Amino acid sequence: MSDMRELYQEVILDHNKRPRNCYVMDCATRTADGHNPLCGDVVKVYLRIEDGVIEEISFQGEGCAICTASTSIMTESVKGKRVEEAKELFEGFHEMLTGVAAEQGVEFGKLKVFEGVREYPVRVKCATLAWHTLNAAMDNGDKPVTTQ
Amino acid sequence: MNPTASATVTPALDAELIRADFPALHQEVNGHPLVYLDNAATTQKPLAVIDAVRSFYENDCSNVHRGVHRLSQRATVAFEQARTTVKNHLGAADSREIVFTRSTTEGINLVASSFVRPRLEPGDEVLISAMEHHSNIVPWQLVCEERGARLVVVPIDDDGDIILSEYERLLSERTRIVGVVHVSNALGTVNPVREMIATAHAKGVPVLIDGAQAVPHLAVDVCDLDCDFYVFSAHKVYGPTGIGALYAKRDRLLEMAPYQGGGDMILSVTFAGTTYAEPPHRFEAGTPNIEGAIGLAAALDYVDGIGLDLIAAHESRLLTDATAAVLAVPGIRLVGTAQRKASVLSFVMDGVHPHDIGTILDSEGIAVRAGHHCAQPVMARYGVSATVRASFALYNTAEEIDALVAGLQKVREVFG
Repeated sequence: MSDMRELYQEVILDHNKRPRNCYVMDCATRTADGHNPLCGDVVKVYLRIEDGVIEEISFQGEGCAICTASTSIMTESVKGKRVEEAKELFEGFHEMLTGVAAEQGVEFGKLKVFEGVREYPVRVKCATLAWHTLNAAMDNGDKPVTTQ
Repeated sequence: MNPTASATVTPALDAELIRADFPALHQEVNGHPLVYLDNAATTQKPLAVIDAVRSFYENDCSNVHRGVHRLSQRATVAFEQARTTVKNHLGAADSREIVFTRSTTEGINLVASSFVRPRLEPGDEVLISAMEHHSNIVPWQLVCEERGARLVVVPIDDDGDIILSEYERLLSERTRIVGVVHVSNALGTVNPVREMIATAHAKGVPVLIDGAQAVPHLAVDVCDLDCDFYVFSAHKVYGPTGIGALYAKRDRLLEMAPYQGGGDMILSVTFAGTTYAEPPHRFEAGTPNIEGAIGLAAALDYVDGIGLDLIAAHESRLLTDATAAVLAVPGIRLVGTAQRKASVLSFVMDGVHPHDIGTILDSEGIAVRAGHHCAQPVMARYGVSATVRASFALYNTAEEIDALVAGLQKVREVFG
């Protein structure tokens, strides 16, 4: 049980129940679709990028608690950041979850709550789907990304 | 366990005795005794199967249908004996009606490719149900696309039963084959396939039955069913992975083109042309999964030694008890409530995604499936993206149902 509390921390449960920035953005300058065919999780990320800065970010989607909370917290984490900064954060986040210990210089803030996911390899994709999708949106292929 | 037991005593299967036959069940997972409830995905293997495969490798390992030496002869005898075991288990009339395949999926692809494709004209129809596994959808889509034919789908009702009046209506003069699942892997529904086959035959339409989830749980008699094709996989009935069988009526097989070309499926080969072997070998190109066939036969012997009637009664009791117990957990909704079900308990829980339930149950040592069960159209039909599926086998116990329910209560504690 204690393990489960470590995985499903209060912050994660809260964002799962009340996801932030969860709406369709009409004035998006970029969007991308993400899909995890293994479990059926889907997410669409909307971005309004102005002068290389993520001025606004939102999402719609359906997934497990890890996926939903990760997407919600991601939107909070990158809002107001420059595209390059968001990409660095993505790389750092990905490394944190896949166990490559190279987190120097990355300010994770709330994203730290996903550290526990590292112990559940099959759930890593749940936590990273949104980030892959964000990355695709920033690169602006409107091509759907999958976690496969 | 004694089929001749007195009629006044209802014989019951002794699950504890049976569990001793399955080494993999005796382990801890995440500090808890393993509770294996993912039997619709694959079953654990009894020692009889493990020993049969091991014995082949230790004593008889050789190729089949060639070689005059002793080992090859022993391998060939064991392989062909396995075919006879499958024939007997399915109640088929002739061992030549049994084709070894890799899986249920390959069996369906074989029929789609060798039987249906040459008979399919533009505008023809293939009729399936809305509760099919992807393996009984995609092979038909492929041939339909290629031949300009149409895949027609019989709807199911809210409980997960095929709407038989729709089935009869959709069976048309353009229907070239019916493909329907015997027991649904996602819903547990046991379909009235015998009646459905009779209905199709009355209109001259051949029928393939996907028996992947039926063979482990029901006594199947292909002659009684009168199906044209019946397919299943060994690994869901306590046998090895990578081996399955296709039953096909002899006259159907005789009129079918080869599936794959290669060794073992020929009588003679020249560069001018090839004469094919008779069925079933015509459909078994290449060195087969010999140890798989031997393991499959050992699995069927094991099941028949216990008796499918006893197994079915035991599993039915588990399913009834588990259904009631799980429904007592707040916020649970069942997906699949047909009158006649086997083994499968599929459900969702308010406010909690099935994958999170799967992870929390795993932390308690409980193995279930969480996902779409390779039946995405079924999920869409019930407006869910995934379900949790607990599926029971002959070695499951009442205590394991208690563990499942306790696990679900933990899920509620975590998610509130």
